[in-house]
Amino acid sequence: MRKIVIDPVTRLEGHLKVEVMADKGKVVSAEAAGTMYRGFESILAGRDPRDAVYITQRICGVCPVSHATAAAFALDDAFGVQVPANGRIIRNLILGGNFLQSHIIHFYNLSLPDYVQFPAIPPFTHHYTGDYRLNKETNERLVGNYFKALEIRRKCHEMVALFGGKMPHQVAIIAGGTSMTAQKEKIDAYRKLLAEIAQFVEKEYAEDTRLLANAYSDYFQVGKGPANFLSYGVFPLDDHGRDKLFGAGVHIGGKAADMDIAKVTEDAAHSWYDKASDGTPGKTGTNAQYGKAGAYTWVKAPRYGGEVCEVGPLARMWISGRYTSGVSAMDRIVARTLEAALITKALGKWLDELEPGAPCEAAVEIPYAASGIGLVEAPRGALGHWVTIRNQRIERYQAVVPTTWNCSPRDAGGTPGALEQALIGLPVPDADNPLSVVRTVHSFDPCLACAVHVITPGRPVGEFKL
Amino acid sequence: MRNLSRREFLRLCGATGAALGLTHAIKPEILQAFAGPAGGQPPIVWLQGGSCSGCSVSLLNGVQPEIGKVLTEVISLQFHQTLMAAAGEPAMEILPAVKKQYAGQYYLVVEGSVSTGEKAMYSTLGERDGKPVSFVEWVKTMAAGAKAVIAVGTCATYGGIPAAGSNPAGSKAVSDVISGVPLINVPGCPIHPDRVLGTLVHAIKYGMPELDHLKRPTVFFGKCVHDLCERRQMFDEGKFATRLSEPGCLYKLGCKGPMAYNDCPTRKYNNNTSWCVGANAPCIACVEPGFPDHTSPFFERMPEYGPAGTPSPQPRQGKIIGGDK
Repeated sequence: MRKIVIDPVTRLEGHLKVEVMADKGKVVSAEAAGTMYRGFESILAGRDPRDAVYITQRICGVCPVSHATAAAFALDDAFGVQVPANGRIIRNLILGGNFLQSHIIHFYNLSLPDYVQFPAIPPFTHHYTGDYRLNKETNERLVGNYFKALEIRRKCHEMVALFGGKMPHQVAIIAGGTSMTAQKEKIDAYRKLLAEIAQFVEKEYAEDTRLLANAYSDYFQVGKGPANFLSYGVFPLDDHGRDKLFGAGVHIGGKAADMDIAKVTEDAAHSWYDKASDGTPGKTGTNAQYGKAGAYTWVKAPRYGGEVCEVGPLARMWISGRYTSGVSAMDRIVARTLEAALITKALGKWLDELEPGAPCEAAVEIPYAASGIGLVEAPRGALGHWVTIRNQRIERYQAVVPTTWNCSPRDAGGTPGALEQALIGLPVPDADNPLSVVRTVHSFDPCLACAVHVITPGRPVGEFKL
Repeated sequence: MRNLSRREFLRLCGATGAALGLTHAIKPEILQAFAGPAGGQPPIVWLQGGSCSGCSVSLLNGVQPEIGKVLTEVISLQFHQTLMAAAGEPAMEILPAVKKQYAGQYYLVVEGSVSTGEKAMYSTLGERDGKPVSFVEWVKTMAAGAKAVIAVGTCATYGGIPAAGSNPAGSKAVSDVISGVPLINVPGCPIHPDRVLGTLVHAIKYGMPELDHLKRPTVFFGKCVHDLCERRQMFDEGKFATRLSEPGCLYKLGCKGPMAYNDCPTRKYNNNTSWCVGANAPCIACVEPGFPDHTSPFFERMPEYGPAGTPSPQPRQGKIIGGDK
């Protein structure tokens, strides 16, 4: 038996430690731990509710738009406003552009150094050695596209900034719609950048994924995890949010079902929070308790009807029936590429649907008392925001983010989280160079800054309507 | 290749617009500016603490020279959690090695606030003898051997979002935990890549840039957003928007431009694409020490400080939002 500690797991957002026990070259147990927390919900208490859109973006600089969208959805819900069509579409254009940025940076800049050999100069030195098996030609191609991808992902952000003002931390998504209007020159500029990005996705990203999958085809056999999926759905296609590009749903124990938000709970048995942290999001009162016996992470354990679920591109593609070939580390990578291609096509259609001159924001009035829920998908999975307003100020705010689902610790029943399950059984031929472990971790595209922000002030809780 | 004088360099830093952007104009210069110990490239250690990584992502949005070239050919990026190939122990061994090999020669960049909550264990990085090491310990250790420290982003410079409200994680600015080493603050939420690269070039080639009372390089943070704003004339003429999506000055809808000191209106973001007011949204003064508590509510008109009844166009923010730091 050998203990392998990877602290920090790099090339992801935030601070993650992974500890596995390996016996006869295979992982027998695994713990994933978030090692930094800031306490966002407490920071939000007492503020003007409209500010939540800007403040929550700062939870994560990689997927800020998803937080802005979830916050705006929660406020639209609480304020009871109907967002005009242009507002809905511009929100989709801002969010979709960042999905592309995120998927491209993940594949090329965060994942590839696990599989590809880079020149031995900083920041590529001191990496694990051993199982790099690409031929010279493919290796060179992928190194070249690592740098090309930096340029393409920058252009994704330039595309988003046309409507969003700036990236990261766009400013145009607001409660009630968007501040930015559908201007013809912005639409044209967006379309031009999109054409270049779409070509890269089709010609390079898709082919590079194929090359990687062929060379490392054994990764289709490992890193399975719970094989339960959950998606809140993303990119509304009509003004009532009934139809979405990627629909909401769950897939539990091999069966598809509608998503019922009332079944989502959080468990803090092995997290550094006190007992009051268990329960339904929006109702829990989370307080830090570092060093709690049995706890090993700042990440809580969300469950759906008590079940562990994986979230992210593979979950979305599976639930929408677009990709059901298998569940593994490599399937996650393939599903992400497929999703990027689908988004490039949808963005072009949405540009056509914009009506220059038509309204993009609805007037909002802050109610004295209200509550709202905003459910959306971040590039790396299901994201929910819960807000309660009292005296026109935020009373409570809670976010349950994708990486709490994927990198959750064991729950009270002792069931490990999705990543922890995916690591169990994984072959680790060389304990000093645990490449298979970091590859499997990266397949989930973790974002720890999101996952470890959670804390709510210990104040009386009003009745919360789900 | 011409060698720029410091005066010429500063003029380029101040110039904005696609054709005149800092990194564009100094491309040949930037490539020869760095004459350091690591194969001719100055070693940089970039640490991330209580951050969202937005500043790192924003750095990658730098143009001309392409950021890929900057990262591999211009600087020697020894440590950066989001980009480095190394992980775990081999990664953490880099820090003491750099401190020893390049003592007094490397630059330390810190992104994110420094958490001091619950004996500083709210934020840890790596392990020593099986025990987690606090982020604040790494900042102090690495700052001690650095030539200069550059705090990037409003979290690292002034505490920012994590230090807002009740400051649940005991988050502090870098300046609160280090001393005895030159420090430059480059705030912004997130940082602008030009401002970080320009500051780095200046520090390496010409030494410490001129700083204001908040340790910000005056070349980037010397002017008021309100004065540079493309809608300033609308303010002077009293043409105020009543809805964000309408034309007009956003002052009455919450714009904090009058209390923000930087060059956003001319430099813009994302390769000169746009900025906050360009997308009909108010400036939230994200470069100021008072961000976010004293620059919010974001969509409510800021208090007036001028003669009775008149908005005050340019109060020095240090006097009105929490004093000097």
